Amino acid sequence: MAELYRAMLGIRRFEEALLELFQEGKLSGTTHTCIGQEANCVGVVSALRDTDHIFGNHRSHGHYLAKTDDAKGLLAELMGKPSGICGGLGGSQHLCAPGFKTSGILGSTLAPAAGIAWAKKMEDRGDVSVVFVGDGALGQGIVYETLNMAALWALPLLIVVENNLWAQSTPLDQHLAGSIGDRFRAFGIDTCELNTTDVVEINEATVSLLQQMRAEPAPRALVIECYRFAHHSINDDSRPQKENDSRRAMDPLLVHGSRFTEELKLDIASQVDTHLAHVLATLGVSE
Amino acid sequence: MIFGKALNRALAELMTKDSRVLLLGEDIADPYGGAFKITSGLSTRFPDRVRSTPISEAAIVGIAGGLALEGYRPIVEFMFGDFLTLGFDQLLNAICKYQEMYNQQVSAPIILRTPSGGGRGYGATHSQSLEKHFLGIPNLLVLAASPWHAPADAFTALLAQNRPALYIEHKLLYSAELTLPHGGRLDSWSASFDNAPFPTLSLSPVPGEECTVTCLAYGYQALRAKRVIERLGVESNIFVELVVPTQLCPMTWPAVFESVSRTGALVTVEEGTAGWSWGTQASAEIQREHFNRLRHPTRIITSAASVLPAARHLERDRLVQEKDIEQALREASR
Repeated sequence: MAELYRAMLGIRRFEEALLELFQEGKLSGTTHTCIGQEANCVGVVSALRDTDHIFGNHRSHGHYLAKTDDAKGLLAELMGKPSGICGGLGGSQHLCAPGFKTSGILGSTLAPAAGIAWAKKMEDRGDVSVVFVGDGALGQGIVYETLNMAALWALPLLIVVENNLWAQSTPLDQHLAGSIGDRFRAFGIDTCELNTTDVVEINEATVSLLQQMRAEPAPRALVIECYRFAHHSINDDSRPQKENDSRRAMDPLLVHGSRFTEELKLDIASQVDTHLAHVLATLGVSE
Repeated sequence: MIFGKALNRALAELMTKDSRVLLLGEDIADPYGGAFKITSGLSTRFPDRVRSTPISEAAIVGIAGGLALEGYRPIVEFMFGDFLTLGFDQLLNAICKYQEMYNQQVSAPIILRTPSGGGRGYGATHSQSLEKHFLGIPNLLVLAASPWHAPADAFTALLAQNRPALYIEHKLLYSAELTLPHGGRLDSWSASFDNAPFPTLSLSPVPGEECTVTCLAYGYQALRAKRVIERLGVESNIFVELVVPTQLCPMTWPAVFESVSRTGALVTVEEGTAGWSWGTQASAEIQREHFNRLRHPTRIITSAASVLPAARHLERDRLVQEKDIEQALREASR
């Protein structure tokens, strides 16, 4: 339980440090943080096993850290260093590690994730393929082409929709008709819809879906309503401040943190900060 | 044996030899066996490895990419080359990027094969030769079937490497006879392959030193160019060396350079629309290599830069014709 908290805090602190490094001009290009959405990353990924595959998107530092805890390799990648996880060639949106990939073309990742699910099914070891998308990606046609085939061929594909209510600067009610869950159910895909930032609840829902999928390969959808506190990328937030403020009470660190003593949380925070400071120092970008 | 049958056999052989090979595409399963019957019988022989898909080209390519990332060797049939545009994003933004973008940790060597080209009166959306839009995509191999290259060799070589590939099959080749050069001859012509994995074939009706023009062509247009060259030799004593690659991009130029170093003139033939094409690239390459040896600017023979009508007489006005090839070769021979 405390490990889930530590993992979420590790992601939060890492991405806060990234934003500072951008402001200081020590990182260039762009980055999309998941600050506020860490419960999705940690809740889902902690339910997986090493042989499952994850396909992330443009906002996947958290997914990567939840799987690998490799802050050093990730930061080196963002800095374009040869020691980065893709030798510095991929950058923030194009990460790769064993059993893990991300790409910056939204929605397009569903198809390769389904291909990987098909491979998992042929190997017949109960492994699954997971793909993380946001609500914005649901505008892409390839999503529905893929859902059709995933359902038709009973592929063990878990689609996790992180519905943070905004596609970049466009609110959900201006970019999405009908209901997200109905879009999956239309293909006969069993869908679990959560409106929570509780990492434990997300973890338990994922465990339950995975049990079904490993026993009998078939796609499932997990739709999680959430909120990102930070900008879409960098300095590009035009959402109402009030809305952002009102969501702070649902901060996944507060929600799960309420289960632990202040002392334990301070201890975890100190460990996380020490580790991050070490990573930053190793890569020569100490704050 | 006709080319279409040889291709069907090559795919069967490939599936027998390599269990990683899977076939995906629209209507490819029996009893239909594909719109051009190239996969006929294969789903019966390999029921778990040949799958007819919904009409969803983008996702089919993407799914094939995922399979390839996991070590399978999917071969995707696009029913018509015109539909390649529907899979373009997956090809360009994902499959051709994975290996390089992820720093060689993975590869996704899918093979797309598709019938292309006009001459059948299928109209604007079922007759095009769109391969020029796929030339120059980093990490993509673009290959073209020819009446003188064994398809089994091409697919065996594709499986031996790990880049994604697009294999273009002109639909008029399917019923054409596949004739393989033997002992340096193709009929009465001299024939030599270079040593590339996807070799370029050089053909000439007379010893190469007597040729005064090099004609660079691929696929069905190479077959037509050979007919024109035969006629020019017999009727007008104009001798042309025909250079026929299977690998269009990245192109291996040495065979072309070598030929033009002797002939001093180059004519390229392709069925795609005019401009920004394979021929324009060839022209740039040959100019760089042999600027001082060229008697003429490169003549680039293409179809018109227009939409193809379905009516046969109107289609003919826009597609490359043998008279266009003949005229260009005559002019270049001077």
